[in-house]
Amino acid sequence: MITFPILSLITFLPLLGALLIFCLRGEEKSVANNARIVALLTSLLTFGISIYMYAGFNPALSGFQFVESHAWLPGFNIAYKMGVDGISVFFILLSTLLTPICVLASWDSIKSRVREYMMAFMLLETMMVGMFSALDLVLFYVFFEAVLIPMYLIIGVWGGKNRVYAAFKFFLYTLLGSVLLLIAILAIYNQTGTTDIPTLMSSSLPPEMQKWLFLAFLASFAVKVPMWPVHTWLPDAHVEAPAAGSVILAGVLLKMGGYGFLRLSLPVLPVASHYFVPLIFGLSVIAVIYTSLVALVQEDMKKLIAYSSIAHMGFVTLGIFAMTTQAVQGAMFVMLSHGVVSAALFLCVGVVYDRLHTREIARYGGLVNNMPVYAAIFMVFMLASVGLPATSGFVGEFLVLVGAFKVSTLATFLAATGVVLGAAYMLYLYKRVVFGEIVHDDVKAMKDVSAREIAIFAPLVALVFWMGIYPSSFINPMAPAIEKVIARYDSANQIPRTPAGVATPEGR
Amino acid sequence: MTAFQFNDLLAALPEVKLAALALLLLLLAVLPKKQNYRLVSWLAVATLAFTGVLVACSHEGTAFGGMFVSDKFSIYMKLLALGGSAVSLVMATAYLERENVNRIEYPVLVLFATLGMMLMISANSLIALYMGLELQSLPLYVLAAIRRDSVRSTEAGLKYFVLGALSSGLFLYGASLVYGYSGSVDFPQIAGVLQGGSALLPGVVTGMVLVLAALAFKISAVPFHMWAPDVYEGAPTPVTAFFAIAPKVAAIALLTRVLTVPFGGMAAEWQQVIVAISVLSMLLGAVAAVVQTNIKRLLAYSSIGHMGYALVGLAAASAAGVQAVVIYMTIYAVMGAGAFSVVLMMKKDGKMVEEIGDLAGLGKSQPLLAFAMAVLMFSMAGIPPLAGFFGKLFVFQAAVAAGLYTLAVVGVLTSVVAAYYYIRIVKVMYFEEPRTAGFDAARDRGLNFVLAAATLAVLVFIVVPAPVLTSAHAAALALLP
Repeated sequence: MITFPILSLITFLPLLGALLIFCLRGEEKSVANNARIVALLTSLLTFGISIYMYAGFNPALSGFQFVESHAWLPGFNIAYKMGVDGISVFFILLSTLLTPICVLASWDSIKSRVREYMMAFMLLETMMVGMFSALDLVLFYVFFEAVLIPMYLIIGVWGGKNRVYAAFKFFLYTLLGSVLLLIAILAIYNQTGTTDIPTLMSSSLPPEMQKWLFLAFLASFAVKVPMWPVHTWLPDAHVEAPAAGSVILAGVLLKMGGYGFLRLSLPVLPVASHYFVPLIFGLSVIAVIYTSLVALVQEDMKKLIAYSSIAHMGFVTLGIFAMTTQAVQGAMFVMLSHGVVSAALFLCVGVVYDRLHTREIARYGGLVNNMPVYAAIFMVFMLASVGLPATSGFVGEFLVLVGAFKVSTLATFLAATGVVLGAAYMLYLYKRVVFGEIVHDDVKAMKDVSAREIAIFAPLVALVFWMGIYPSSFINPMAPAIEKVIARYDSANQIPRTPAGVATPEGR
Repeated sequence: MTAFQFNDLLAALPEVKLAALALLLLLLAVLPKKQNYRLVSWLAVATLAFTGVLVACSHEGTAFGGMFVSDKFSIYMKLLALGGSAVSLVMATAYLERENVNRIEYPVLVLFATLGMMLMISANSLIALYMGLELQSLPLYVLAAIRRDSVRSTEAGLKYFVLGALSSGLFLYGASLVYGYSGSVDFPQIAGVLQGGSALLPGVVTGMVLVLAALAFKISAVPFHMWAPDVYEGAPTPVTAFFAIAPKVAAIALLTRVLTVPFGGMAAEWQQVIVAISVLSMLLGAVAAVVQTNIKRLLAYSSIGHMGYALVGLAAASAAGVQAVVIYMTIYAVMGAGAFSVVLMMKKDGKMVEEIGDLAGLGKSQPLLAFAMAVLMFSMAGIPPLAGFFGKLFVFQAAVAAGLYTLAVVGVLTSVVAAYYYIRIVKVMYFEEPRTAGFDAARDRGLNFVLAAATLAVLVFIVVPAPVLTSAHAAALALLP
């Protein structure tokens, strides 16, 4: 039993690391080196503590664990409240896992202003973990939006050619979405007198009001996910961000939208969520098909993966709003799997980008000849992204499709074409980059992955197979929390269900 | 009116002492042959600090036959105004000495203006209000034009004076209408009359709107904002910094008191006016600032926008709204002091520069200064976890609680537009390469201290919001129990 405030520790340890880096003094070179080391050690320690937290996590409970609550804003019923359940605990692990990987991945590729870079990543980790463990709406919003500051700087300072445009677009787009969330939060506060998420999960708001609130939530989360048609910031941000920035963006920040839907929209606004299911299904299906087609014609590796991310997120929103046990578990699984796989794919791009400084697909080709290990690693993640059985990608997409099929056959049918298209664009990418003859001399001179790079990829490869072969070690702990959300959704909308969690046809 | 009693002065003791000390300081300052600006300035800061202590432990109650009131609201706002004045004096010292405008009149004028602000904040009748307003304004006109040989500075002073006189005229006309229809100049009595059925006489409403317009002038809210950008740009930077903080605090305090106490019964009437002014200010503050290249002009538009946000709280016409206004002004004052400290440090090769482009590459050449400025800009944009976010949170909370959803939505949307120009400054500092070497090293301890303190306050507000929140709450309850 863990008695000390472990969630606050995990949240603010990286902040402490950032302060430490801030205080580093001396020659530029040694400061840069020390900053890297401090950042790596801090993030590894944070990851270690989060593993320790997970070890103490009771997977059988559906409620929140390790709850901490302190008075925060006197006179207002708004508290500093943290806690995790089966849904959020995995996102915290994902964040703390990807941060040290990002630090390692930028070890050599970031050469200017290393100190500020590492500080930005430490801050980012604090914001991400804080957001996933916040149990108060205002606290949630603070972390949710604070992410913008470090990410804006990461894209803008260390990004590519068009970074200023991308950074502004990212910042303003997401800000525009989230300010409406703020108004919705205030409306909820005035209606119920509390911003405590567990309380709100069991109190019911008037249905008419829920619809407005849902639209405000949607404005915010849809931009984050991102859902079609508010996805256009993502390809720009991904292309211009440094490799590690893309990793965090794809790995964690995109999950904030899905997490928001699952944590806030569905349990707090179940009636409106049900009402808007056709809208979400429509947008999800368009996202899956449209962005897959767009991905097919991309010339830029990062842009292609960015579009594929949007397609995968389409599966997530489809699964979440199908609200059957399999579909929601599947959506969660897609998010986790995508967090690992897309992060790894961006790292794969980063590896060749570090060597050739271009992301243009046509500039590569034939890498299998001189970089066989790299080709093998890339293949694992490429296939996982496609959804090959035995990799993590398969489990999630399969569950989503199975679960959503019971709710809407048409939407599921259309979304399933995305699986085929996904295979098409990923295999086509792989073929163009890895196979064929080497036509460019500079490509020929590229060296295979280094030991550091293998160290970065090894845990991700292991995770991909672990999740693909033994998914229940992830699904079982999240099941009780998901069941709770579904039960609330069903009772609020009077959907009868068989004990197995299958909705009867007339219930829909 | 009752006969004068000494006890009557107790509530106004800080003002009396400040007036006496300011006169004394003026005497002391002109006596020596060689005038010592630095000494006078520090003595003025000490005077303000002393007055602050007096205010903090002053009596609550009324004085001068009820024309003057001291309550928790006035105490809080006075402390804020005193702090703003003192800080702007500290910030000014080095600049004025360097630019050769270090006249000893400067600190003394600031003292008198501050006295005027305190009277404004405590005014409990239309006459006391007008007296405070003028006592505050006249020194400000002189200060704007303190650089006599600069065309811009004198133009700023003149412009400010002419428009200020116009607003005084508006006020007097409005006040006389209110007096004529309500039969009294005392706030509580006006309130009593207006509570009754006769409240909707068109004369009272007209008078109230005129008074409102005059006060909107003072806080540079749209559509009475025209003077602000020109005066901000033309006046010497320390004067601009002074204008941006303390007088705004005082004017907002006055506006709050006037609307909630004498016109409290007419909330439904003035609410529409405040909503309109607020929306226009937020819109103009956001949109017009986007195209500015001069940082002082930009901050002028930014402050117009900030006044719009503060008025959102006032529009709620509730205790929570007043509390939000008080919190907003506190945070605004801190951010303003910090931002103007940075502007005062923008000196290249011995010359002050004011273009936003001059900040280019500051992140590399002076990382600490750039960091402070970035924190302040993100805070002004209202991005959590910085203090500026909480200022906006509370005003929007008050607006939503009062059912003003449209106002709140317009507010957050304009804040996104405004965020554009704040993060543009961050972009200039961090994403661009330095064009020339950085700014000259600022060896001014006072200025560095103000900047460091403001940045720190903005950063740690999230951890210790309680002192500001609870005292703002008490202040709000003094007006709207």
